[in-house]
Amino acid sequence: MTPFDFARADTPAQAAQLAMAAGASAKTRVAHPSRFLAGGTNLVDLMKDDVERPELVIDINRLALSAIEELPDGGLRLGALATNADTARHALVAERYPLLASAILAGASPQLRNAATNGGNLNQRTRCYYFYDTAAACNKREPGSGCGAIGGVTRIHAILGATEQCIATHPSDMCVALAALDAQVHVTGPQGSRVIPFADYHRLPGDEPQRDNTLHVAELVTAIDVPPADFGRHTTYLKLRDRLSYAFALVSVAAAMRVDANGVISDARVALGGVAPKPWRVPAAEALLEQATASRELFSRVAERLLQGAVSQGDNGFKIELARRAIVRALTQAAEGRPQSQSDKRIA
Amino acid sequence: MDTPYPQNQDTGVSAVAGQKTRSTLSLSLRVNGHVRALRVEPCVTLLDLLREQLRLTGPKKGCDHGQCGACTVLVDGKRINSCLKLAVTLDGTSITTIEGIGADGALDPLQQAFIERDAFQCGYCTPGQICSAKALLNENVARTRDEVREWMSGNLCRCGAYGNITDAVMDVLQSNPGAQP
Repeated sequence: MTPFDFARADTPAQAAQLAMAAGASAKTRVAHPSRFLAGGTNLVDLMKDDVERPELVIDINRLALSAIEELPDGGLRLGALATNADTARHALVAERYPLLASAILAGASPQLRNAATNGGNLNQRTRCYYFYDTAAACNKREPGSGCGAIGGVTRIHAILGATEQCIATHPSDMCVALAALDAQVHVTGPQGSRVIPFADYHRLPGDEPQRDNTLHVAELVTAIDVPPADFGRHTTYLKLRDRLSYAFALVSVAAAMRVDANGVISDARVALGGVAPKPWRVPAAEALLEQATASRELFSRVAERLLQGAVSQGDNGFKIELARRAIVRALTQAAEGRPQSQSDKRIA
Repeated sequence: MDTPYPQNQDTGVSAVAGQKTRSTLSLSLRVNGHVRALRVEPCVTLLDLLREQLRLTGPKKGCDHGQCGACTVLVDGKRINSCLKLAVTLDGTSITTIEGIGADGALDPLQQAFIERDAFQCGYCTPGQICSAKALLNENVARTRDEVREWMSGNLCRCGAYGNITDAVMDVLQSNPGAQP
């Protein structure tokens, strides 16, 4: 671990102020010489590998951002510093957003979920091997150095949204559910506070693969709002991985829909994880489900539309067919009101 | 007490909100019931503090990346990977390691069950397994074998004693009839 300065912030304004000051006096030319430290499960790990070498670590654990509160419209506000574990087991989350609870519980391990925070979950970095290997080229870690993954070992990499500069995936499960639920991210920084729709929070690599999201310098996530949802049992989080637990998704699907007494579907959402640089939604695919009734043929068409443009990088071509089948299965589960269990691993 | 970390001129100060520092910081932890006044550099993880400064070598440095669970300890009763937690962020908390669970001649029921079920071979992962299982019982999340396996999945056992570990945890779970999932 490269030595760093340490500071504690007691308010979001103080955190932003420390980060701005660090930027002004940066010894290196990196864009963000400081890092906010919450649970540490990703940042500390990256610092051990010298992937992250902040000049200043700002401890934000004492900020009053741990609450999970009901909003006047019936939605929920998830504090950025509430842990993933506390969020998943919160009565209102479990009752109103079983999709979110299920996705959280599909990720990591109990120990990691006890430390990892909601804000940190959004801001975690990719688990691309070449990003972690400081001897390899990586445009995300070292802009302009190239991409070691392209032409390399690509089993875990993106089939959608990749560019010639970066083919890394976003690793989160929680974010896939938050994308499906149309969450909103509250952030605050030197220019004040703003709200970012979830679809606009994470970004595709474009010409700046080093930027995973649309946060400005010194901005801090303070909360995530989840709007009211009325899907009943018609949701599921289906995660496929190389072992039964404690592994990142090769492909995951968050599906939610309303189904009326005649079996007519409305308000359907499908988000994919493990396949792209951000949770992947395609409005045109979801529109195919509107006012339709469940059928394998319909769900296959939705899958085709979601995966339009999917390409193999060599080792990950299997993900295209795996994702196609996972989408059909998840939509079937959601339509029938049979959510995937995260402890009984048999696919429902 | 020996410490492997080069100590700066020891100021012994607590972190002051809004001010950056690279020097050693003072820290108060309750470790296995005893209050300890400590001084650590910001880069020191809880695992290194426990093992190197406090000589509590029950928590193991298996992978040092939060992937194996051998370093599992309880912080205010919750299980975490101590290898991924900077000690300076834990001021005022209460830590329980395997050394704080049971005693000679008075084993914790989990420790007894691990012996009776032969739930280890080399024993390296066992302190983490037992700390994790201790938390699992408090969390009231697991009732079935499938659930125990899922909620113990953060602890790897390279000898492959998983079946017996699950048996041991199930024994203790089922001897607690009051517990609700």
